[in-house]
Amino acid sequence: MAAGRFLRNRLALAFLGVFVLIVLFVLAAPLWAEHVAETGPNETHTLEKLAIDGEQRDVVTPEGRPIGPVWFDAGGKFFLGADSRLGRDEMVRLMYGGRTSLLIGIASAAITTALAVLLALLAGYYRGWVDALIARTLDVIWSLPALLLGIALGVSLAVGGLKLGPIELSGGSLWVPVLIITVVSIPYVARPLRGEVLALTRKEFIEAAVAQGAGPLRVMLREILPNLSSTIIVFFTLTIANNLLLEAGLSFLGAGVQPPNSSWGTMISVGEELLKTAPLLAIVPGAMIALTVLALNIVGDGLRDALNPRAKIRLEAHAGRVEPEGAAV
Amino acid sequence: MSEPLLSVRDLRVGFATENGLVRAVESVDFDLAPGEVLAIVGESGSGKSVTAQTILGLTRSANARIEGTVRFRGEELSSMPEEKLRLIRCGEIAMIFQDPMTSLNPVYRVGAQIAEAIRAHDGEIGKAGARRRALELLDSVGIAEAERRADDYPHEFSGGMRQRAMIAMALALEPSVLIADEPTTALDVTVQAQILRLLGGLNRERGLATILITHDLGVVAEVADRVLVMYAGRVVEQGTLDELFYDPQHPYTWGLLGSLPRIDRPRPRRLPQIAGAPPSPLAPPAGCPFRARCPHEFGRCVELPGLEARLADAPAHLDRCWLEPEQKRARRQVEEGRIGLEVPAP
Amino acid sequence: MARFVVRRLAGMVAVLFAVSVVVFFVFNVIPNSDPAERMAGKNATAALVENIEEDWSFDEPLPQQYLAMMGKVFTGELTSYEPEIPVNERIAEGIPATLSLAIGAAAIWMFFGILLGYLSAQRPHGWLDKLLGGISVAGISIPVFLLGPVLIYLLAEQLGLFPNGQYVGITEDPLDWAYHLVLPWLTVATLSIGFYSRVLRSNMLDAMDEDYVRTARAKGLSERQVLRRHVLRNSLIPIVTLFGLDFGATVAGTAIITESIFDLQGVGFYAAEAVGNLELPPIMGITLYGAFFVVLFNALVDVAYAYLDPRVRLGSEAR
Repeated sequence: MAAGRFLRNRLALAFLGVFVLIVLFVLAAPLWAEHVAETGPNETHTLEKLAIDGEQRDVVTPEGRPIGPVWFDAGGKFFLGADSRLGRDEMVRLMYGGRTSLLIGIASAAITTALAVLLALLAGYYRGWVDALIARTLDVIWSLPALLLGIALGVSLAVGGLKLGPIELSGGSLWVPVLIITVVSIPYVARPLRGEVLALTRKEFIEAAVAQGAGPLRVMLREILPNLSSTIIVFFTLTIANNLLLEAGLSFLGAGVQPPNSSWGTMISVGEELLKTAPLLAIVPGAMIALTVLALNIVGDGLRDALNPRAKIRLEAHAGRVEPEGAAV
Repeated sequence: MSEPLLSVRDLRVGFATENGLVRAVESVDFDLAPGEVLAIVGESGSGKSVTAQTILGLTRSANARIEGTVRFRGEELSSMPEEKLRLIRCGEIAMIFQDPMTSLNPVYRVGAQIAEAIRAHDGEIGKAGARRRALELLDSVGIAEAERRADDYPHEFSGGMRQRAMIAMALALEPSVLIADEPTTALDVTVQAQILRLLGGLNRERGLATILITHDLGVVAEVADRVLVMYAGRVVEQGTLDELFYDPQHPYTWGLLGSLPRIDRPRPRRLPQIAGAPPSPLAPPAGCPFRARCPHEFGRCVELPGLEARLADAPAHLDRCWLEPEQKRARRQVEEGRIGLEVPAP
Repeated sequence: MARFVVRRLAGMVAVLFAVSVVVFFVFNVIPNSDPAERMAGKNATAALVENIEEDWSFDEPLPQQYLAMMGKVFTGELTSYEPEIPVNERIAEGIPATLSLAIGAAAIWMFFGILLGYLSAQRPHGWLDKLLGGISVAGISIPVFLLGPVLIYLLAEQLGLFPNGQYVGITEDPLDWAYHLVLPWLTVATLSIGFYSRVLRSNMLDAMDEDYVRTARAKGLSERQVLRRHVLRNSLIPIVTLFGLDFGATVAGTAIITESIFDLQGVGFYAAEAVGNLELPPIMGITLYGAFFVVLFNALVDVAYAYLDPRVRLGSEAR
């Protein structure tokens, strides 16, 4: 029924399509790189020339100006122009950078949501000192402004990487930003989820299940979790959007994705220097982020509406009763 | 017989939802005479609250479909524009609701909320005057230390006090009609008695016509003059208190009476219930709405009975049941001296 | 009430302590490389690393290190190594710019956020609501690092309507001060306007279903009176909470990106610089400074909430 409602929401459906297109776009990166642009995201072409309409044009002028958008004039090479003095293909970088950004965004959102659900279940079910510990820890993380914490972690890990038992990550690994963003965004999901679980565990059906002899795992998985599912789905979607913004912000400042990797965020910081002469270099990646985030926000809203209709009249299916002002006896 | 204060004719209320039209009130007719207490009885979903709220136009919304007439002192309320209708709200017809905790705004002091009602209608009275009047009102409904209490917040009042405060607010402008929607349902039994006594007193001393909505026949017996029984959005029986309790004509009423626990009788093994559930307001059945649950239904019931007086000596006692009056008298006696809905054992 | 405030402040101190420990761990204890090397940053020399080791007591046990770090923070001896500038001073220098940005943007976003939210809730699902809803969603989706450069490119470079950066102190020239801040204010405010208008709209729509709103109508109040005195008043309470936290975060320097883009020499800008040079001491200092403000505003918001919602205030005395 909820699926039906969502499908009727044309706006959400349209933007879901947009998101899918964006994903396809970035997945097509290797194809474009190999067959159309014939170059990789990190290959420089500073001293080369491009054949357009019979003319030979500098990819990067002697003064350091990169070529602007060429569109299809050179068969797709340098479709969006070159990205800087380094003369890399902006379009290829856009696609590969998008892969990085989406990868980090989705992976961190998945881990965040999973961890948040776990923490919320533990806190809400066991209450007492377990809840106090979890709640206080979340509070502390949350007290550190997200971006600052992210930067702190980012800089710290960028220089030295991470060695935790068997896990060893170099400073340039993509898991580093994933980890950082996960940690930073956990409180945003865990706190509201914890609230919901606390409210749910007060309800009688939990007492009933426990009285029937259900152990903690059963109660958490069979009773609580299904009631959280709508919230989890919505949160997951919105967290991807949020994490995309976080990653872009961190990478823009230099505390996120490290070279040689690139993401939409790093592309914006590169492009920002050339804002006067080649505004597209900063604006296009930014616009991609904005579009993706917009799509995810609208889809998330649509999901929320579909899973939780705010109808003034709610029908109780089995009894067929209606009490419009909700004051049923 | 004087002109009725309030006159409702063929009131129908439906709400358009994504699942279809929810017909909360199918058709309701009644009058309210000055100074009388009319009880409207029914279970959840019978449409009694919607009826009451529609009188004051509180159900108006984008998806509401309201038809029929509601005349107050000759003026038509159902089509009255909001700016005029708001003067009648609280000014002439006042309403109190079921849950006094949620019915009061938690961030304003109680006295201030009463004063707000006063000043909404009386532009001249000013802050001090309104406050004085609010204190008087709190006092008149039995709240001790009104001066101090007026500055409390709703959550600092007990349940009974909150309801008294709501009543005080309703009386602020000396209305001629009070609609009380399940005023005691959310209260303890002992407090219930106090509030009913208060309402009864107001009716007697001030001649305040009252519409009392409830599902509790015990409450009805305490204060009502006349009773309306509603089922599935329609009135199924209507009469004086005595007529209804001593000569009930509709099987649903028998069911209601029969399910009352009685202190003056031996305890039954199981408390009698009315089997089944009310029909869905999305798809009301044809014919008598009670048919599916009525052990006495017969062929004619496929046709909706009209709300008519079927007793020669009680022209104001109306009901919607095709059974002959003698059949009714016989069938409602499920055992010696007890009225109910069960088919008596052979 | 006083007891509540005191308790809240005590809680604040406890959280700040926990925060400082976390910062300590992030910077000194993350198991990877030598903390002294990390601290020395990009251009480390052996001598510098040794100096740092001694200075920060890295060869001592952890609690000692923690005390060393906190000691530096409180005595103002926290310095960045390249160039050598005392962190506290630099933060203090940056505060006026950051505050100017925060206060101005906050005024704009609260005013428009509440206005748009109110207008949307007045006639839900109407054309105005849908339009404003669309604007809001767009607003919260446009990241600062897109909006900023776009505004600069369009309004500053192309049309020359506004300067493209730099901060001018308010004491120097109030008009110029404001002139330079218009674009940054808009950049920061846009996201929040979208957010607050949606939250207020949602709260108001929920409030309109409440019983006390029905009572207000039954009392004979006009629709406008009902909306303003009952729906809006109650809906604003959570908004105040959110605002306090948001404002705290902005003052804390999360407007880092905006300050970088617009070249406003505030605390956030300082942070961005430090990140660029991979300098740890300034980031440490700014993080603590930032956390302090967030926690402070958290506590302030709790106190304000108690003032606005009597149920919270009189918690234990309620029946």
